[in-house]
Amino acid sequence: MINKAYLLPGMPHPLLCPEKSSAYQKLRQAYERVGAEIQDSQAELVLIYSTFWPSVIGHQIFARPETTWTHVDEEFHALGSIPYTFQMDEEFGELYKQQCLARNLHARTVNYAGFPLDTGTVVALKLINPDNRLKAVVTSSNVYADRAETLVLGKAAGDALEHSGKKAVALVISALSNRLHQGRVTPEEDRIHSLKDEEWNRKFLEFLEEGRLEDVAQLSRQFHREARVHKVNNFKPFWWLSGLMGQSNRFQGEVFEYQSVYGTGAAVVGLEPAAVAARDLEFDEADPDVYAGERNVLAVEAGMEPEPEPEAQNV
Amino acid sequence: MKQGEIVLGALAPHPPHLVYAENPPQNEPKAECGWEVLRWGYERLRKSLAQRKVDVLIVHSPHWRTMTGTHFLGVEHFKGLSVDPVFPNLFRFHYDLKVDVELSRQIFTEAQGLGLEVQMMTNPDFRIDYGTIISCHLSRPEWDIPIVAISSHGLARYFNMEVMQAVMLKLGQATKVAVEKSGKRAALLASNSLSHRHFVVEPEVPEDMSFEHIQNHSQYLWDMKVLDLMKRGQTQELLEIMPDFTEQAVAETDGGSLTWLLSALDFPTYPAEVHAYGSVIGTGNAIVEWNPHNRQVEWNPHNRQVEWRAQGGAQ
Ligand SMILES: [Fe+2]
Repeated sequence: MINKAYLLPGMPHPLLCPEKSSAYQKLRQAYERVGAEIQDSQAELVLIYSTFWPSVIGHQIFARPETTWTHVDEEFHALGSIPYTFQMDEEFGELYKQQCLARNLHARTVNYAGFPLDTGTVVALKLINPDNRLKAVVTSSNVYADRAETLVLGKAAGDALEHSGKKAVALVISALSNRLHQGRVTPEEDRIHSLKDEEWNRKFLEFLEEGRLEDVAQLSRQFHREARVHKVNNFKPFWWLSGLMGQSNRFQGEVFEYQSVYGTGAAVVGLEPAAVAARDLEFDEADPDVYAGERNVLAVEAGMEPEPEPEAQNV
Repeated sequence: MKQGEIVLGALAPHPPHLVYAENPPQNEPKAECGWEVLRWGYERLRKSLAQRKVDVLIVHSPHWRTMTGTHFLGVEHFKGLSVDPVFPNLFRFHYDLKVDVELSRQIFTEAQGLGLEVQMMTNPDFRIDYGTIISCHLSRPEWDIPIVAISSHGLARYFNMEVMQAVMLKLGQATKVAVEKSGKRAALLASNSLSHRHFVVEPEVPEDMSFEHIQNHSQYLWDMKVLDLMKRGQTQELLEIMPDFTEQAVAETDGGSLTWLLSALDFPTYPAEVHAYGSVIGTGNAIVEWNPHNRQVEWNPHNRQVEWRAQGGAQ
């Protein structure tokens, strides 16, 4: 089961240069609060979906028992290097993969020395789980996947947790608005890239604070159009999280911090299961349980295929 | 000092599959075979490159994606392990390469002079992106020529193709001027595929060629259109249709590598030589060479054969 879920931003500044601005410092403190909560919880596992790790061949699950590297961000290399050693739950990774396959997703585990873990995952694990007291498992974000596939991926994560009997915290690592400043910006000048991004971030945070996770998930397409640079086809992290957590608004939310990092919306938010739903709305998006693959525009509905031609009789 | 010159320009795509299939000692996974037509194309490019007595390879890679301007490698030596985040099963490559930092800085300075946002990358722990490594390895597996590596400024996604191309035109010119001032003989590599829609599943034996074909026919038609323009020396027209091609064929030209190359070559009106075309996990890849010493050569529309009348013999 999931004890608690968190949204964490993935930029390296709160880890590498918190002293450079009060915004980075506040984010650093928020990460540390989340870290303390997780360490005090009964959780045995940190289950991560990172938008910073793109995949093409289905869904990749990082499950190397121990991995050591010195990471440098491809953009913010001047901020310094991040040496790390992380421990992953290999057994859970395998179970997660099996549950993905059972729901018709293409999935594989990744267990290679030197595999390039993404900046978001590295920053989060360094700050919230520095001593590797909990093991982690990281899921990639398929660049072509849309809602149905990502939702099913979240459900598969839930299946794996149920089968394992483990208690976990779930992390989605993602910026809200993700537009970086194009030019050189000093930490003091750092602010959300545009007023429009800022307003959409605030709207999302308002929903999250009320615990309206499924509402946020259902608003993801619009958020993608309005506040995201279209690097991938959609804004997916809340589809995964809501799929994992039962697609409801029955949560209690807390915004620990919200700041700008190099123009992006960096929010630290917690969501805890609650007894009653913040809003009990009728959701209008489909609720697939297995992935049915890509559908063409002209695909014929199941059960509506034309009758096959009768076979020619042998004469 | 003698004026430097660009002695070769090439479209040199970076599917990790090609390195995997070739089994160089640096790559951990081993293959039985695969993608031979493309690899034979690279063999022909290598021969051309060897004849030109090149001092430096300048590579522009879509997989070093930066949002805060164009970045250049600024450390003389890199040694490390590159693991492809998308195909880690195919590419785990131990690299050891030298950088021509002097020329990097010269291009940086020229680009800055044209008003571009630029940065030198001086973190010695930086991991070289796999696009750079693969294009360089396939073009010159001896690794005995220093490189200049240029990041791909993500402007196409941040704004649009037109903005990206406007900046790449300047970067190409900055590269050309810097090469001329350097007195060096440079080969330029644009490290990108053409059409770029992948299959999202992989056969159990990745090099099983019975699974390999282009992802869809419209991509193929677009690739042929683009190659035809290259062969005819109509690169100005190619520049003009690049936004449509990129959108409709989901082409990897969104990274700007090809536009940068064509600009540095002053938009060749002489025919390019297509060494090979083939698909890799559904994407369209071509190995194409421009020899600036063939400036006088014209496309012959009647027999669709290029008449090579290189002035002054082999260079
Ligand atoms: Fe690529």
